[in-house]
Amino acid sequence: MLTIEHFLTVGALLFCLGLVIALSKRNAIGVLMGIELMLNSVNLTLIAFSRFSGGLVDTSALHNKDFPPEIGGHAFVAFVITVAAAEAAVALALAVSVYRNRQTVEVDQLDLLKL
Amino acid sequence: MSELDIVGPQLAILLAAGAVLVWDALLPTRRQYLPYIALAGILGAAIWTSTWVIRGDFQTAFDGTFAIDQYAVFFQYVFAGITAIVVIASIDWVNRVGRRQSEYYALVLTASAGLMFLAGARDLITIFLALELSSIPQYILAGWGKDQRSSEAGMKYLLLGAIASALLLYGMALLYGFAGSTLLTDISAAIADSGAGNRSLLIVASVLLIAGFGFKMAVVPFQMWVPDVYQGAPTPVAAFLSVGSKAAAFAVVMRLFFEGLGEQFLSNDWAMIFAVIAAVSMTLGNVFAIVQRDIKRMLGYSSIAQAGNFMIGLAAISIAGEHFVQGASGVLLFVAAYAFTNLGAFIAVIGISQKIGSDDIADYAGMWKRAPLLALALAFCLISLAGIPPTVGFWAKLYVFNAGIHADLAWLVIIGVLNSVVSAYYYLAVVRQMFMGEAEDEQKLAISPTVALALGVATIGVIVFGIIPTPLVDAAREAAAIFAAS
Repeated sequence: MLTIEHFLTVGALLFCLGLVIALSKRNAIGVLMGIELMLNSVNLTLIAFSRFSGGLVDTSALHNKDFPPEIGGHAFVAFVITVAAAEAAVALALAVSVYRNRQTVEVDQLDLLKL
Repeated sequence: MSELDIVGPQLAILLAAGAVLVWDALLPTRRQYLPYIALAGILGAAIWTSTWVIRGDFQTAFDGTFAIDQYAVFFQYVFAGITAIVVIASIDWVNRVGRRQSEYYALVLTASAGLMFLAGARDLITIFLALELSSIPQYILAGWGKDQRSSEAGMKYLLLGAIASALLLYGMALLYGFAGSTLLTDISAAIADSGAGNRSLLIVASVLLIAGFGFKMAVVPFQMWVPDVYQGAPTPVAAFLSVGSKAAAFAVVMRLFFEGLGEQFLSNDWAMIFAVIAAVSMTLGNVFAIVQRDIKRMLGYSSIAQAGNFMIGLAAISIAGEHFVQGASGVLLFVAAYAFTNLGAFIAVIGISQKIGSDDIADYAGMWKRAPLLALALAFCLISLAGIPPTVGFWAKLYVFNAGIHADLAWLVIIGVLNSVVSAYYYLAVVRQMFMGEAEDEQKLAISPTVALALGVATIGVIVFGIIPTPLVDAAREAAAIFAAS
């Protein structure tokens, strides 16, 4: 039987994995992949919370009736996906611009801006 | 209709962004009018905001996810002012670059609309969307220049910014999971209801949120991008980044932490986080600023130190109890003062660097003889950043430090005062270089009228509010009072 803990654990692991990739990859495209993984683990976490609604504590009495929590998480995910796509588009455009100038997208070779 | 009325100021600016693009497509020979369309949109937003002040009927819209109140109004005025000054200061630079003029103004306006949405956002989804609406155009703008440095700055800004957004989102997901709602008021109610039992989860969420916003505020340890981006980005863009996203991040952090996470057992924890970040940011920012030879990098490190000063106010508010409004209004005053002072300094750098083609502080020697007004304006802005009277920066520091004393954070205020002395050293070193140094080249510099106008507005603000601070203090107090009432 799958419980919310399973989803949250996978989400947390994926998030840490994404963070490690984003901080350690030398290629800008690799960093972007790590970021995408982090964003998707957030999506998984949000969906899990939304599906097993009520969260970790029972707050059903507090909810605004016009704004059901079940929809809150799903709506959030839709926005995260959209924003991630926009961000990726800009990132790839900037990567092309950097490549034109430097013939490389290795992050540790972007070192013109130093003391 | 009434909900569209509430987001009217933002809509006016977005409309102007669209109008700029359409004008460029239809009348490519009349490009010189583009900045005036942008300014008309900003003026429209300011007037629309004023109608809300006159109506005095503050309310929320879209199921409570967005509010127009004294606090949002205060920041909408600040952002309208910032954007207007940036647009005026950019005119000369944009004409010189020549390419894609309409897109430049459209992106500045879009980012500005995002900043204004942030001021009134009361819901996690709205906060996230508004933050990205302001961030993504800023990533593009940082990479706007054709040279290698600019695209490198844009790339670094985007990659680090995206990692910060991901951290922020994970914190928001935890908060949503805890409360079962994205509304700040619901989150606050859920925290009050559950008591201290889930404290560790809430602290993890707070730390992730502080990490995400800390990047935008440019505080240690999320400051690595600041000097690189300020140096690499075109100077008008750097001016915009240095004040816009920082002010917006402080606006949203205050609302998020006091409306959403303001419960006493939690606020003592994150107040300590803020206090430590404040101390480290001020010290590191100032120490690195001393050794800089590039004035834009120097301003970058100094902005990290200034963010530390804001943080003293944030830490003070949460501990202060009955002195709450004093701390909150101190932060608001500091944000407004910093915005105009730092803009003034950057615009003076635009004016000087364009003519002498260098950002090296050594090349500013004897600037007093070559461009007296520019040198005088830059000197006033730097004195204000150092917090020396009779400038607005002095009052801002006074209020924030005062709030810190009332909140029993004397150790933090002592660090702050010591850091102000250190910062005065490198700010005044530039002033001394300009007034006492010997210029190699005695040739007078011609200033373009638009840069002079933008610089004049910013500097006059710095001096006038330095001599008569009462109106600004009252506005900040009124804006901060909404948290005490809730």
